[in-house]
Amino acid sequence: MNSPVKRENAAADRVSHFPKHIREEWVGRVYVYACVALLVVTIFSIVWFIASKGLTPFVSGAIRIQDLLTGRVWKPEGEPPLFGALPFLAGSAYVSFIAAAIAAPFGFCAAVFMTQIAPKVGRRVLQPAIELLAGIPSVVYGFVGLSVIVPFLRDTFPGQGFGILAGSLVLSIMILPTVTSIATDALSTLPAGLKEGSFALGATRWQTIYRLILPTTLPSLLTGIVLGISRAFGEALAVQMVIGNAPHVPTSLLQSAATLTSIITLEMGNTVGGSLHNNTLWSLALILLVMTFLFVFIVRLLERRAKR
Amino acid sequence: MKKSLVLVLTLIVALTLAACGKNNNEGAASGSPSASDSAPASSASGEALSGTILAAGSTALQPLVEQVSTKFMADSKYSGISVTVQGGGSGGGLTQVQGGQADIGNSDIFAEEKFKDADADKAKELVDHQVAVVAIAPVANPNVGVDNLTKQQLVDIFSGKVTNWKDVGGADQKIVIVNRPSSSGTRKTFENLALGGPSQDLPGSIQEDSSGTVKKLVGETPGAIGYLALSYLDNTVKALKYEGVDASVENITTGKYPVWAYEHMYTKGEPTPVVKAFLDYLMSDEIQKSDVTDMGYIPVGDMKVARDVNGTVSNK
Repeated sequence: MNSPVKRENAAADRVSHFPKHIREEWVGRVYVYACVALLVVTIFSIVWFIASKGLTPFVSGAIRIQDLLTGRVWKPEGEPPLFGALPFLAGSAYVSFIAAAIAAPFGFCAAVFMTQIAPKVGRRVLQPAIELLAGIPSVVYGFVGLSVIVPFLRDTFPGQGFGILAGSLVLSIMILPTVTSIATDALSTLPAGLKEGSFALGATRWQTIYRLILPTTLPSLLTGIVLGISRAFGEALAVQMVIGNAPHVPTSLLQSAATLTSIITLEMGNTVGGSLHNNTLWSLALILLVMTFLFVFIVRLLERRAKR
Repeated sequence: MKKSLVLVLTLIVALTLAACGKNNNEGAASGSPSASDSAPASSASGEALSGTILAAGSTALQPLVEQVSTKFMADSKYSGISVTVQGGGSGGGLTQVQGGQADIGNSDIFAEEKFKDADADKAKELVDHQVAVVAIAPVANPNVGVDNLTKQQLVDIFSGKVTNWKDVGGADQKIVIVNRPSSSGTRKTFENLALGGPSQDLPGSIQEDSSGTVKKLVGETPGAIGYLALSYLDNTVKALKYEGVDASVENITTGKYPVWAYEHMYTKGEPTPVVKAFLDYLMSDEIQKSDVTDMGYIPVGDMKVARDVNGTVSNK
C-alpha cells in the first residue's frame, strides 16, 4: 500500500530537479540578496542625485565653491545674486555643538545612575522616560520651544529669545536619548573585574566612576556625542521654528541665526526647479550629506579605538 | 554556487534599473495635471463633472480657496469634484503649476515676476485668473505706541536705520523685524509697493515662512513689526496706517492705498473643464459678494483702478 505513494513522491522530486531543502535555501537567499541589492541601489541613487544637483552651480561656473563656503552674504534674489553659506554653516555648527555640550553631562549622569548607582530604579523608570523623548515628533519640540523657551529667554535675557541658545536647548533635549542609550551600553559592558579591583584597592564609588569608569569608556561616550551632534546637525523643523532664520553669522547666542537645514526648508518650496537658487539649495544639502559622512567616519574611528 | 549568486544579483540590479528607467519615462510623458484624466469624457455630454483639483501656493490666498473649496464640494452640482488646497508660498505655487504637479498655482505676484531671464518662456505657458485683490498692511505689536508710518519711516525701519520705536514717535522700545523669506510673494508686494525697493535681511531680524506664524510672533514679541495680508488681521496685532491712509476697502478700490496685489490663480494652458468650473464658481457673484469680502479680500470687480505686470496703475 505504501510503495506507490513513495514512488510518486520520488517522481515529484525528480521532476522539479531540486530537493525541497535546496529550494527553500534558494528562496531565502534570493529574497535577502534582492533586498540588499535594492538597498544599495537606493543609497547610491540618493547620493548620486544630490551630488549631481548640488554640483551643478559649480560645474556651470555660476558660483565658485570657495565663495559658497566662505561668503557671508546670502542674497539669492539680489542683483547680482549672492550665495554665501557661511552664516548657515556657522549656525548649524553652533547649535549642534552647544546642544551636545548641554546634553552630554546629562546623558552621562543618567547612564552612570542607571548602571552604577541605582540600576533597578534607573532601568525601570529613568530609561523608559528618556527613550520616550525619542518618540516625540520634532514639530512638537519646535512648538514647545516657540511657546515656552523663546518667551522665557526673551524675558530673562536681552534680545528677542530667538537664536542659537533657543535652538541648542531644544536640540539638547532631542539628542538626549541618543547620548544616554549609547553611554548606558558602554558602561554596562564594562568588565566587572575592573570595578571590583578598584573597590579592592580602597577606592570609593565616586573615585571609581571618575578615575576608572569614565576614562575607560571615553571612546564609546564620544561616539554617543558624535551621533548626537550628527542628529542635531540634520534636524530641520524644530530648529527652524525657534532660531529666527536671519542669514547672518551670529555674534551672540541670543541673536537670530539660520542653519543649513532651516534655510533649505524655508526656501526650497519657493524656488523654481532647475534655477540657480534651487540648485544652490541642493549644494547646501550636499554639504549636509558630506558632513554626515564625516560624522560616520569619526564614529568608525572611535569604535576602532574602543575595541583596542 | 558563488557564481550563480553573483548572476542573480546582477539580474536583480538590472531589473531594478530597468524599472526605474521605465518609471522615469512614464513620469515625463504624463506631466499633465491629474484633473485632465477624467474630465474631458464627462464634460462633453453635459453630465456632472468629476475629477480632482490640486491648488497650491500663496499662503495669503490659501484661507479663501480653502473656504470656497469646502462650499464648492458641498454643492450638489459639483459633488463629483474634489479640491485639495495646499500652501507653500507664491513661488512654490507657480513652480508646481508650471511643472504640472498642481492644477492651479496660487500666487500674489505675476508669473512674469517669478520666471525671469532664462525662464521667461515658462511664464508664457501659464494662464492668469485674477480672483481677488488683497491689501497688505504693516502690522506691529499693539504696545509700540505708533499707528501711522510714512514710507520713509518704513524704509528706515526695514533698512535698519531706525532701531527704536521712539524715533518714529512711539514707545522707547527696540524694533524687532519679522520678515518673510526673500522669495515670498507677500514680501515682494510689500517691498515693491510700500518700500519702493528690496529690503535687507538685517542681523537680528526674524524670518518666518508663513503669514500665520508672522501674526503669532508680531502679537507676542514686544516691539515687533511685520506685514500681513488684510485677510490675516485680527486684534492680536495692530495694523498701521501707511502715509496716513487706512487700509480700508474704499481706499483700496480707489487706489488711494497703494499696497495691494491681485491674487492670481494660474493654470498651465487653458483650464480643464473641472478646473474651469471651480474658477467660475469662485468668480460668481455669490462667492465674490460674500466669502471674498467676509474674509478680508476685495472682489476684482470692485476695483476702480487696475495694475499691470510692470506695476503701472491706471483707472478702469
